[in-house]
Amino acid sequence: MTAPCTASANGLRSTKASGRHRPRPAGLAACLASGLLSVALLMVLSAAAWSADAGRGKALFDQCKRCHQVGDGAEHRIGPQLNDVFGRAAGSLADYRYSQAMKAAGAGGLVWTEATLDAFLSDPVALVPHSRMSFAGMAEADDRAALLAWLGGFSGPRSDLPPAEPTATPEEFGLDPRILAIEGDPEYGAYLAGECITCHRMDGTVKGIPSITGWPLDDFVIALHAYKGGKRVHPVMQMVAGRLSDEEIAALAAHFHRAEDSP
Amino acid sequence: MSKRNGESGLNRRHFLATAAAATTAVSALSAPAVLAQGRPRVVVVGGGAGGATAARYIAKDSKGAVDVTLVEPSRAYYTCFFSNLYIGGFREFASIGHSYGALAANHGINVVHDWAVSIDRDARSVGLAGGGSLAYDRLVLSPGIDFREGSVPGWDLSQQNRMPHAYKAGSQTQLLKAQIEAMPQGGVYCMVAPPNPFRCPPGPYERISMVAHVLKQANPTAKILIVDPKEKFSKQGLFEDGWQRHYPGMIERVGPDFGGDKVEVRPDSLEVVVDGEATKVDVCNVIPAQQAGRVAALAGVTDESGWAPVVPHTMESRADANIHVLGDAALQGDMPKSGFSANSQAKVCAMAVRGALIGSSVFPPRFSNTCWSLIGTDDGVKVGASYEATDEKIAKTDGFISKTGESAELRKATYEESLGWYAAITGDMFS
Ligand SMILES: Cc1cc2nc3c(=O)[nH]c(=O)nc-3n(C[C@H](O)[C@H](O)[C@H](O)COP(=O)(O)OP(=O)(O)OC[C@H]3O[C@@H](n4cnc5c(N)ncnc54)[C@H](O)[C@@H]3O)c2cc1C
Ligand code: HEC
Ligand code: HEC
Repeated sequence: MTAPCTASANGLRSTKASGRHRPRPAGLAACLASGLLSVALLMVLSAAAWSADAGRGKALFDQCKRCHQVGDGAEHRIGPQLNDVFGRAAGSLADYRYSQAMKAAGAGGLVWTEATLDAFLSDPVALVPHSRMSFAGMAEADDRAALLAWLGGFSGPRSDLPPAEPTATPEEFGLDPRILAIEGDPEYGAYLAGECITCHRMDGTVKGIPSITGWPLDDFVIALHAYKGGKRVHPVMQMVAGRLSDEEIAALAAHFHRAEDSP
Repeated sequence: MSKRNGESGLNRRHFLATAAAATTAVSALSAPAVLAQGRPRVVVVGGGAGGATAARYIAKDSKGAVDVTLVEPSRAYYTCFFSNLYIGGFREFASIGHSYGALAANHGINVVHDWAVSIDRDARSVGLAGGGSLAYDRLVLSPGIDFREGSVPGWDLSQQNRMPHAYKAGSQTQLLKAQIEAMPQGGVYCMVAPPNPFRCPPGPYERISMVAHVLKQANPTAKILIVDPKEKFSKQGLFEDGWQRHYPGMIERVGPDFGGDKVEVRPDSLEVVVDGEATKVDVCNVIPAQQAGRVAALAGVTDESGWAPVVPHTMESRADANIHVLGDAALQGDMPKSGFSANSQAKVCAMAVRGALIGSSVFPPRFSNTCWSLIGTDDGVKVGASYEATDEKIAKTDGFISKTGESAELRKATYEESLGWYAAITGDMFS
């Protein structure tokens, strides 16, 4: 088995999941080198892991599911759908709008394997700087292994996938679905966005502040209303959203949905 | 409310009509007055948080329809924001320096490295120290601050190497850091804090935290003395709680009840005289009283307060509708003098300028500010507010502040937000 790549600061690390305690240099190059081998291995392993650790992996996916869908009928949301992610090149689904950074990583040879995914999940922007995936990272190697084992069950030929679960729904936040139907004016959104981009960069996530470009309209509107209604707690965002009208939120959603990557 | 697939979408024109009805005072909403012949010209004086943002937004959003010149003497702008983190050893000096190349390359801004030394409001032209002048249809002034002469008896600009202010970032910041690092064991660092109003209300106290952080490691018996003319200061409860936790017994503050407002300094002997009593110190960081950057007074747009009154909706000077004043120099109401505020005001100003010169859309202004401060490693706090324009002033509408007793995780997340903000705002100014 290959050692998982990690993105730890010292660049050297061994993990339990590797089964061996052999330090390995981290980073893209090492991940690429070890990656190809593990695709095949994973296909074998995942079938067993799928059942054993499934409950735990599924529970851990709660941390991903406000952005990603996986399973029968999975669609792209804030992040791309994750069926068949093992073995595919990073940033390679034609109908999802990735960051420049993710596309470049894929073009540069990054393929999703147990090892590369382990590195990505432990610290996404360390492996792919300026990726738009705003996820602080999953610190525990055991958790990552359990999650990846479960996720592996959605890759490869299977006919009995459980149905995909939705990302944020208006019901979850007590939001009148009619609010989602408001059509936003992107030009007004572009003006309002001036306030946002003092904190949110347009070219992906930087430490401490999430990326908000390219989101589906619904997810964006729901997130801002969640802050506005105090269902999601964060003093800055509650203040920012607190003074936005329903139309203004729709306008911002429209603007950031279309916005291209730029610094 | 309009529906995504419905017949009557709420469109911008409709929106503007209601907005205009609600705020008849918005001057830029009226039809553009006399449009200049050819491409209208905007001159921006000062390439800091206000000026660089204004120049960038006017140029970027007018897509070449407005000719934008930025006048700024320095080739590298060192941000005051995060300069305290450099003093504390949390940032490299180079990481707080930014250049103007991208503004020229990406947005066609004509960057002139020179000082503006005169403003002829009738001829609408700006005189440059290097000779020559620049004509404008609209002038944007964002010159930051200058110090009030005589506010700390014994100190003037000629003493800034003996007693640095480090309140304009750059070599002053490096000098202050070097002096702190060279202090003898058990020595005394003294800050003479400024009276209100001044740039970055939490700035002096974040600096105290960072100086204490450095001394705690390198010089743990050293003492910090703050001589302060103010009763109270920004985030006081948060800072004092943090100082107690991180640097117990190191910091002493002398407020006005004990003579903090009656201070004099003797740069030659490095003495600080408080209420008649002299104390020898090892580093003396004098942050004098402040006023608008001198060019604002030269333009005749300041009042007796030393700051430049502006119309909140557009940031136009109350003395001259062809001049806008941004950032620290502006007398606008409730916003603190911060880089965040200057950036926020610059976007409102840019929209008003484009509206006036090329008739582009003008939306109701909105302003906001958040100031983060670092008290110790991974111990960040913040204060912020949102604002709206009234006829009288920029008025605070809502706000928040960190609390004492927050978890270590929250404080760390707050610090990390400030890193994200720094990357974003400097990109918003210079990219
Ligand atoms: C220690 C410290 C910490 C701070 N921390 C924060 C913080 O964490 N967050 C925050 O938001 N703010 C912070 N600030 C405040 C922030 O730096 C200022 O409020 C902000 O820079 C104001 O922007 P401005 O455009 O008004 O002035 P400046 O950014 O100072 O820019 C003025 C520019 O004008 C130029 N200029 C002046 N006169 C002329 C002339 N005659 N001709 C041509 N050019 C001229 C100057 O060279 C300068 O580059 C801090 C300040 C200090 C001192
Ligand atoms: C805040 C939203 C968010 C969360 C939470 C999140 N992701 Fe992502 N994810 C994204 C986005 C956005 C992208 C696309 C990144 C880009 O283009 O830079 C992405 C990309 C990915 C990719 C690369 C897919 C490809 O096609 O290249 C994988 C794998 C992934 N995420 C897995 C996960 C897992 C597993 C979790 C939970 C541990 C998770 N993500 C949590 C938003 C999120
Ligand atoms: C002062 C800095 C700041 C400003 C200004 C700001 N944000 Fe945020 N925003 C944040 C931070 C910090 C978070 C993370 C909050 C959290 O953890 O819930 C965030 C979160 C968000 C999220 C949720 C992201 C996610 O991954 O779930 C959205 C959407 C968002 N902001 C939109 C906006 C919009 C739109 C504006 C402008 C109208 C704006 N923000 C202005 C700092 C800011």
